[in-house]
Amino acid sequence: MKILVCISKTPDTTAKIAFTDNNTKFAEAGVQWIINPYDEWYALIRAIELKEADPSTIIHLINVGGTDGEPIIRKALALGGDEAIRINIVPDDPYTVATQIAEVVRQAADSYDIIFTGKETIDFNNGSLGGMLAEMLDRPYIALATNFQIVGNTATVKREIEGGEETVEVPLPLVVSCQKGMAEARIPNMRGIMAARTKPLKVMEPVAVKTLTKVVEFGLPPAKAGVKLVTPDNVDELIRLLHDEARVI
Amino acid sequence: MSVLIFIDHIDGHIKKASLEAASYGAKIAEQTGDIAEALILGNINAELTTLGRHGVKKVHQVQNDNLTQIDAQVYAKVIEQVTQQTEAKIIVFSNNSTGKAIAPRLAVRLKAGLVAGAVALPDTTNGFVVRKNVFSGKGFANMTISSDIKIISLNPNAFSIVEKEGVAEVVQFNATVEAPKTKVTGSTKTSGKVALTEADVVVSAGRGLKGPENWKMVEELADILGAALACSRPVADAHWRPHNEHVGQTGIAIAPNLYIAIGISGAIQHLAGVNRSKVIVVVNKDAEAPFFKAADYGIVGDAFEVVPKMIEAVKKIKGIS
Repeated sequence: MKILVCISKTPDTTAKIAFTDNNTKFAEAGVQWIINPYDEWYALIRAIELKEADPSTIIHLINVGGTDGEPIIRKALALGGDEAIRINIVPDDPYTVATQIAEVVRQAADSYDIIFTGKETIDFNNGSLGGMLAEMLDRPYIALATNFQIVGNTATVKREIEGGEETVEVPLPLVVSCQKGMAEARIPNMRGIMAARTKPLKVMEPVAVKTLTKVVEFGLPPAKAGVKLVTPDNVDELIRLLHDEARVI
Repeated sequence: MSVLIFIDHIDGHIKKASLEAASYGAKIAEQTGDIAEALILGNINAELTTLGRHGVKKVHQVQNDNLTQIDAQVYAKVIEQVTQQTEAKIIVFSNNSTGKAIAPRLAVRLKAGLVAGAVALPDTTNGFVVRKNVFSGKGFANMTISSDIKIISLNPNAFSIVEKEGVAEVVQFNATVEAPKTKVTGSTKTSGKVALTEADVVVSAGRGLKGPENWKMVEELADILGAALACSRPVADAHWRPHNEHVGQTGIAIAPNLYIAIGISGAIQHLAGVNRSKVIVVVNKDAEAPFFKAADYGIVGDAFEVVPKMIEAVKKIKGIS
């Protein structure tokens, strides 16, 4: 079995969000970069768990981005995975990312049975990559998966729906976007970190693609006016404020 | 030309998020001088003419046994056919679990630019610019869509449902529908009575509650408020509560009208999942808890003392004895 895990580079979850160049660019100064948490904790770790259950499984990681993404790719390889591919283009939108990855999947000698993505990146919150990729490759796609099991050529996937979960049986090959529940978090060990240094990281040039969406301007949400505090012996007053002033109950 | 709105339904009723999408799509149609048309797939017993009350003029319904379960691959191909026939140039989804599965596929089929997570009406005065949420609610981005057909997925609770007079015309649409490759074999409802992502009010609790056995009062408060239950990450990780109640950066992102956080300190990762809530109430015994900085109302006090009082106060104001 061959698994492709899509890895994105995102600012750390605690990074300060600010913008430069007339609010057209994210201010990168001093920002720590991490593997997008959904890609790491759920997509990659679940792939590693599947390989642990069946050691003949091959895991490839793929990242669409510039050279500055390589430390993140090495970090992912330290957790697991056999080799990585970086497609050398800084993408403007998920359509660009999907186009590049779909091309790699089409060109692969024996194709990937499973493609895992995170449910979204924590910077752009699009969650569009998996669906776009699946359509380009004409495969089934399960979004927002919380559990993934495989027997033979059929995957049994639990996915989030409003107010519950749905269990779906899907034939391979398929694309799945992963979220909490998929795998138990783990951290890389020293052996993994050493091994990652020598794992192959192949750089490929992008195919031409027309961008369909683009950021014109970033902005910050309006600041909160400040908290109105009520004392613990005056809870009635809080509820009255919520009812009469905020009008939310 | 038309603005085509995809209507999502479950258990015989239209999802609230889709009524928001309908209202939003109708408003865009008003802005661009187009006609608001809705599209509903599968059998539903609800009265579809009532979509007119949200500004929809015409509803296309496709009924076919292959549409009984939501298979994104099958659905996208049907929506493509309806798009072509109605000559829709703008397609609106709710950015809920269904929209997230279908909209990206449709975008590829139609070579249409997709903005997922829109939070405001598009600005059509100069090009086509839609505001969306980025950095988990810590910022927004104005996006241009350059393609001929444009797809917008509207975040739940970002646009209020419009109610007015109106009756929509309902027509059956004859589409080619292929058999799905996927098979739904079961479904489970979450513990709460109200769906978290659709709830107007959410009551959430964290480690300050000390143990899963203390959730009874939180459940009672949620119950009388008609609220959904949520929790912080440590609580879900410790298996005190199911993971599908975890809100935050790595859990579910929500934007209710009222978010009540009990015994949650308000780590930046937690705030990222709830900062789009319209009103935030924080109950925490630590006056230094960072959550107070993001709150609208707060009580510095012990949850075990404050929550029972809240229950009583809500009962009083709602006239429940």
